[in-house]
Amino acid sequence: MEQPNLSVIKEIAGDDLDFQNSILEIMKAEFFEEVKLYKENFLKQNYLETSNDVHKLKHKISLLGLTKDFELAAELELSLKKNDYKLHQNFLEILNKIHVYLYD
Amino acid sequence: MDCIVIDDDATARLIIKKLCLKSELINVIEEFSSAIDAIKYLNNKTIDLVFLDIHMPTFSGFDFIKTLKNPPKIVLTTSDTNHALEAFEFKSVVDYLVKPVTEKRFNSSLEKLFTFSNPVEIGAEDKIKSDFLYVNVDRRLVKVDIPSIYLVEAKGDYISIKTDTKNYLVHSTLKKIEDKLPSNMFIKIHRSYIINFSQIIDIEEYSVLIRKSVIPVSRSKKNELMKKLNLL
Repeated sequence: MEQPNLSVIKEIAGDDLDFQNSILEIMKAEFFEEVKLYKENFLKQNYLETSNDVHKLKHKISLLGLTKDFELAAELELSLKKNDYKLHQNFLEILNKIHVYLYD
Repeated sequence: MDCIVIDDDATARLIIKKLCLKSELINVIEEFSSAIDAIKYLNNKTIDLVFLDIHMPTFSGFDFIKTLKNPPKIVLTTSDTNHALEAFEFKSVVDYLVKPVTEKRFNSSLEKLFTFSNPVEIGAEDKIKSDFLYVNVDRRLVKVDIPSIYLVEAKGDYISIKTDTKNYLVHSTLKKIEDKLPSNMFIKIHRSYIINFSQIIDIEEYSVLIRKSVIPVSRSKKNELMKKLNLL
């Protein structure tokens, strides 16, 4: 199972620690809100909006070096547009994993 | 080179801003989480470059490009690779960056950017963007179909745009809208009037009839108008 890591952020920011930290800080702020929105829209069965929420979260997933999880998110983004949410539980597991990494 | 960054994702905006700062070649003068806010900003400002996210709710990056009459250079940013073909149909698009954008990839984009030259010929993009424009009415951006406009009249600090279906009073100048309208359809025939010359019903010496309005024609504009008409 993939684990979140800083490899991509380091590739973007190089040795600039301030840059790395500012990416992480803004990700923390956005991630919390975006997950909340995803869950709310999912509960409302508003799958088109939920698909848009997944799209935004995808960027953060890729920033944390989660290549396979990114692919699953991309698949969920598309399938939600067809009201197919069978990957929802797998996606929640990815979100939980990131939550633990960012906030614990 | 002055640029703006448009992306609904704050993390993505931060990365682009920082990479611009590091490059010392690009000056980020503003950032927007919504393309509509950026359009409002560009009504009064000129910039050289836009870093533009494609996938944004309600108003996408492609909608943004189609709305601008003379778009600046654009570098698209996206999490998906499947828009690439569509992206390069727009002549103002210099490059297509897949997020997350690394410094190496960003710098290669800058190289393209500084060797990019704007083509002069009228292409597909010009045809697309001449179809409509957005006007600010009561703090809303309202889409107006350009061919449906038959008359624009200056009214102090406002312009009155008359179309087949509706009239709009917009806080703007005749000069600004003249720049946005295609010259193969519109002509300024008087300091206070721009007309869609395909909708002229008849012409007298120094006036034209459009719909039920008789519009004066300046002496200095008469020859220009006559050249645009398909005279027998």
